[in-house]
Amino acid sequence: MFREHPSRTLNHRLPGRANSAVTRLTMLTVTPMIVLTMIMLSRVTLAFASDERNPLAGDAKSAKAGEYQFRINCALCHGLGAHGGGRGPDLTRAHKKHTHSDAEMFQVISNGIPGTAMPANGTNGQGVGMTDKEIWQIIAYIRSQELKAPSKPAGNTSHGKELFYGDANCSLCHMVEGKGGRLGPDLTAVGGSRTREAIIDSVRNPSRRLAWGLTEATKEFPQEYQSVTVVTADGKQIKGVTLNEDSFSVQVMDTTEQIHLLEKDKLRSFEKSRQSAMPKYGPDLLSDKDLEDIVAYLTTVGAK
Amino acid sequence: MVLFLACVAFANEVYAQVTFERLVNSAKEPQNWMTYSGDYSGKRFSALDQIKLSNVQTVVPKWVYQTGATGKLETTPLVVEGILYATAQDNRAFALDARTGRPLWMYQRQLPGDIRPCCGRVNRGVAILGDKIFLGTLDAHVIALDAKTGNLLWDVVAADYRTGYSFTVSPLAVKNLVVVGVSGGEYGVRGFIDAYDSATGERKWRLWTVPGPGEPGHESWEGDSWKVGGAPAWNTGTYDPATNQIFWPTGNPAPSNRGEGRAGDNLYSNSLLALNADTGKMNWYFQYTKHDEHDWDATQVPVMIDANGKHLIAQADRNGFFYVIDRTTGKLISATAYGKTTWSDKKDAEGRPVANNQASPTLAGRTVCPGALGTTNFMAPTYDPQTSLFYVTARDQCDTFSTAPQPYEAGHAYYGSAYFPSEEAEPYQGFLKAIDPTTGQIKWKFEHTSPTWSGVLSTAGGLVFSGDAEGNFIAFDAASGKPVWHFQMGGAVYAAPIAFGVAGKEYVAIAAGSAIYAFGLP
Repeated sequence: MFREHPSRTLNHRLPGRANSAVTRLTMLTVTPMIVLTMIMLSRVTLAFASDERNPLAGDAKSAKAGEYQFRINCALCHGLGAHGGGRGPDLTRAHKKHTHSDAEMFQVISNGIPGTAMPANGTNGQGVGMTDKEIWQIIAYIRSQELKAPSKPAGNTSHGKELFYGDANCSLCHMVEGKGGRLGPDLTAVGGSRTREAIIDSVRNPSRRLAWGLTEATKEFPQEYQSVTVVTADGKQIKGVTLNEDSFSVQVMDTTEQIHLLEKDKLRSFEKSRQSAMPKYGPDLLSDKDLEDIVAYLTTVGAK
Repeated sequence: MVLFLACVAFANEVYAQVTFERLVNSAKEPQNWMTYSGDYSGKRFSALDQIKLSNVQTVVPKWVYQTGATGKLETTPLVVEGILYATAQDNRAFALDARTGRPLWMYQRQLPGDIRPCCGRVNRGVAILGDKIFLGTLDAHVIALDAKTGNLLWDVVAADYRTGYSFTVSPLAVKNLVVVGVSGGEYGVRGFIDAYDSATGERKWRLWTVPGPGEPGHESWEGDSWKVGGAPAWNTGTYDPATNQIFWPTGNPAPSNRGEGRAGDNLYSNSLLALNADTGKMNWYFQYTKHDEHDWDATQVPVMIDANGKHLIAQADRNGFFYVIDRTTGKLISATAYGKTTWSDKKDAEGRPVANNQASPTLAGRTVCPGALGTTNFMAPTYDPQTSLFYVTARDQCDTFSTAPQPYEAGHAYYGSAYFPSEEAEPYQGFLKAIDPTTGQIKWKFEHTSPTWSGVLSTAGGLVFSGDAEGNFIAFDAASGKPVWHFQMGGAVYAAPIAFGVAGKEYVAIAAGSAIYAFGLP
């Protein structure tokens, strides 16, 4: 049995893209990240049952080799020190959403996580896969970096929820667990897949890195939440975000959540901006404490 | 046009062998697309002019062939006498009725489970000679198939795939030889270019792209680093019948992103090699990027053009510079940036851009433009003799290169560094650029919505065709760059277009998503 490219059939919006989270990425990890049907058990997972432990566990030399493997294969999303980045969760957390045992971690690295940006080993179309040994080295490295006990969210979860749906106005544009607005990304999963720092940064500086929206199966780059202002042939102005775009057409959601399907050559004007449609929440609008409460709420939901 | 119609009518009735003479004189039969780049010169220009600026708006899809493969479809089809030959992932090969897309035969290789492709299980197409089709395989074999049935005729091992060798290249048929260049620069292979007897599969010559002890250029490698020096040759070269020379480009030294341990120029990585077609003996070389640390393979099609009475090679290199070389002597004539570059701000005595002291990767990471994917990559360019312009897909993207030393282990990935999107960088941009080779100046550029991996075709109809990452196949006015027609194919393009004719009708074809598309006038 061999590994094949991930099936590239995911054509809806990926959950949990924080409005910060991502900057542009190299080919190394882009389209390929979408792994759907590939849960074929590889020879690798067959060889290591769920109670398997890392044969290299606790070996400092292996952990060092794993650090370099991590830089090459993982750091793009999970950050140089495994503390997470704009795209991937902090792997130094004691409790990880998808993996607990070494064997589970091996399985996830080998096969990816369907419906998320985590690709199967060797399937990203650029570069080559890791060997079993290299995967175990990476696991040894992650174990050497992780906290021994879970850290509790600093904020007040229930107050965070009140703010999210109330005074902070987050839910005007963002959904969590099916409730809220549509103009921005669904944040249900964001707490599980983004670091606290990444979430805070996205609230404080929403334009620094635009969130990713639609990820097309064969396309290298996902659509971003770019702001757009168009004037139609009959003079009507539409402001909103791009759901998708190519050289000839653009699909826009306006600020009242209406969808507009537009042909560019029929527009009077078309302007895109990398200024996020999300307002910049400075400490004057949202105190550090209140923001910490919102992060606590999102982290709690995201951990489910 | 009269000549074209007569030719097509004749060809449809008689199945003729594809001789070397026909390949040399391919301009006489523009209805056939018989080599990777359409002719030996690498121009990817079609003399067909039925589809033209004045009627291209009416072009419609004629057929779609679904390959059933997933991943990146990089194939350039060949068309001879109304039959289209192409490949798909995992070494699928097939022949189609070029008017309807209906298959005549299909072949798929039984690949071992532990092959080591670098960047997808891809293939860029076949070569044809006589009544045989030639394919380089992902397990580093070269095989011949019967053009009429797809039956396997011969199968030879070029190298041990377990040590990282593979073929993704579309072979080039020259005289009675099948020429291939190997992949494996990400595994620390020692690169080579091979030529096989098309009748028997017997290997006639091999040119090691990393010279061994006692050979010229060997001194450009530190210690034993030459043994794992890379310099693969994974894209199709060109051939000059006038001098019987093959021009073949080479790829990155290994490890690709770490220069420590391989001090020196690392010949003949990232070079253009001029080889005697009969013997494989090197007549001259030109190295684009010395001692590369950014994975800037020079594996772009070296296009033969003639200008100002000179016989030239024009190559838009991955390192961001557009080079013009005298193909008689191998001397550099000009090198001009055609995209965003930060790695070089001066040139050596020969005029070659040289790296500055802000280019090498560091542990903390250093941002360099272009990034690891390059200003361009394998996507085929085109040269249009009517506009005298060179058209190439380009991107502006910077990466942060950070070292990550790793030991060499046979058959294991061997990079030596990681690269990241640059935090500070502007958003990535992708373009189709029209370059005047005599000046290096950009005559026009079209900005795509996002960078594309599509190659480019020019035709005598005053058109340039290319695809985009959003799935559009687009025709441009070759003179102005204005898009004049497009069709949404539903999948990103990683392949290059061709043009061909059957029964007096012109078609344009390209691979996108998992399928091959053919277009024509209604």
